[in-house]
Amino acid sequence: MTAPPPFQPDGTVYGTLLNFRCEAALWADRAAEPPYKGAPRAPVLYIKTANTFTAAGAAIPLPARAPEVEVGASVGLVFGNFKDFWPLPSVDRSLFAMNSGLTDTLAGVAGLVLLNDLSLPHTSYYRPPVKFRNPDGFLGVGPRVVPLAAVGDLAALTLTVRINGELRQTVPLSTLVRDAATLLADVRDFQTLLPGDILMLGTDCLDDGTRPRAQVGDRIEISAPGFQPLVNTIVREVSADGPPLGAKQGAAESGSLFGPSNPAQAGLEPRASAPLGGSEDTAVPSVGVP
Amino acid sequence: MKHARIAWAGGIHDAIEADGQLELLTPAFKGRRVGFDDVIWLPPLAPMPAHRPRTVLALGLNYADHAKELAFKAPDEPLAFLKSAASLTGHRGFTVRPAGVAFMHYECELAVVIGREARRVAKADALDFVAGYTVANDYAIRDYLENWYRPNLKVKNRDTCTPIGPWLVDAADIPDPMALALRTTVNGTVTQQGHTRDMIFDVPTLIEYFSAFMTLYPGDLILTGTPDGVVDCRPGDVIVTEIEGVGALVNTITAQG
Repeated sequence: MTAPPPFQPDGTVYGTLLNFRCEAALWADRAAEPPYKGAPRAPVLYIKTANTFTAAGAAIPLPARAPEVEVGASVGLVFGNFKDFWPLPSVDRSLFAMNSGLTDTLAGVAGLVLLNDLSLPHTSYYRPPVKFRNPDGFLGVGPRVVPLAAVGDLAALTLTVRINGELRQTVPLSTLVRDAATLLADVRDFQTLLPGDILMLGTDCLDDGTRPRAQVGDRIEISAPGFQPLVNTIVREVSADGPPLGAKQGAAESGSLFGPSNPAQAGLEPRASAPLGGSEDTAVPSVGVP
Repeated sequence: MKHARIAWAGGIHDAIEADGQLELLTPAFKGRRVGFDDVIWLPPLAPMPAHRPRTVLALGLNYADHAKELAFKAPDEPLAFLKSAASLTGHRGFTVRPAGVAFMHYECELAVVIGREARRVAKADALDFVAGYTVANDYAIRDYLENWYRPNLKVKNRDTCTPIGPWLVDAADIPDPMALALRTTVNGTVTQQGHTRDMIFDVPTLIEYFSAFMTLYPGDLILTGTPDGVVDCRPGDVIVTEIEGVGALVNTITAQG
């Protein structure tokens, strides 16, 4: 019997910035200064678009001019009724019944999934990070959705990051700024999370504020107790004059279940967003929101 | 041709505009015409396939008059942010103004709907990858603006805050998307006027820019930014965002609760 195909998201995947105490503390002084002018009040979110989804086991292309990529190990809340996932072979059916009787604080959460939230290094959090966080393939998605009830106390969970087998980071969810229930409540304060959507709880930094970095050829493994590990390998992107649109790449491209492949993409310089002026706050309020 | 997606008679239907009515495409009702007032208008977008949620890109500061008014130097690259399908709503819908906020405003924007998988597309070929155009009203609530990944999702991704429609107009019917007048009225008074020729980054440039690093798929959206002239909107206000040849998108502000 062949293994079931890996899970892939059906909805929007949201990431959360600065949700670990280590990074929040490192940013505290800088947050008071321009252009930030104060610590964030609402959760700082970003979106990982469909072109970033990479199945567990598949290769992730590094843009041509980027020397390395930052690894962001995260766990995501997967929304929907767990029975919605029943037909999916990537869900462990034996655990189906476990989600009944969940408390209200995580209502609507079907389960949890490991994610490898990659980004090109960027030092400014002022402007939205589309070109740093949304290159093709930049979200490794764990192979299975695990029911919340099978994990038990989320705050007791610790993620580990290994690159080429070497332990590079441990991420204890006990050090979240907003725990899962608080984050979810604060996001639901302004928007709905639809069935199939995923809300990542955040990615932690190392003690010096950096994140583990990976280069072409590196094998990244993200694991946690109760989860099958998420493994992705970084490959050099196919050059601009390489194979035509739709060419297959990576190890897990066999299933049409995943839709089109995530092809490699043209490189972008990993540079900070261009400054767009600092006068917005004093601008006459007749213009759109930049 | 102008395409709509509507709820009518207990179901959801694709329809086209025909002589001032909606002509249904649903097999059971094929050819039947219904009035604009007799339906619920949904975003004029087909559902996305499995494992491919819709990418909704949006632009800030993409009109020259903004840059001029704000004394900005024109940005050297698009100021792009992402939204999600959760915030989309249809023509003639309600948008909620939260209690206690001081400044909520519309943004009339030409929305580009991608028609073919687009990856590393050259500017000269970019319009070949467009299925069509519609009107988006990218509401913002300034009270929630913060300087972290600005504009942040609490400002830009709120439920009900992105009306879109009424029509998806075939690209073939809009030969030059950079030659369209835009205007917004609030309760019948014109408050915003602009022209797509004043975009800093035009539609072909935006498609080239995004597709250089992220593949765009059929059904993905690019909201191309808004010109100068936004004003506060109060519960009961009727906002019409209109683009020449594309459509007039009607929305009513309602209070929370």
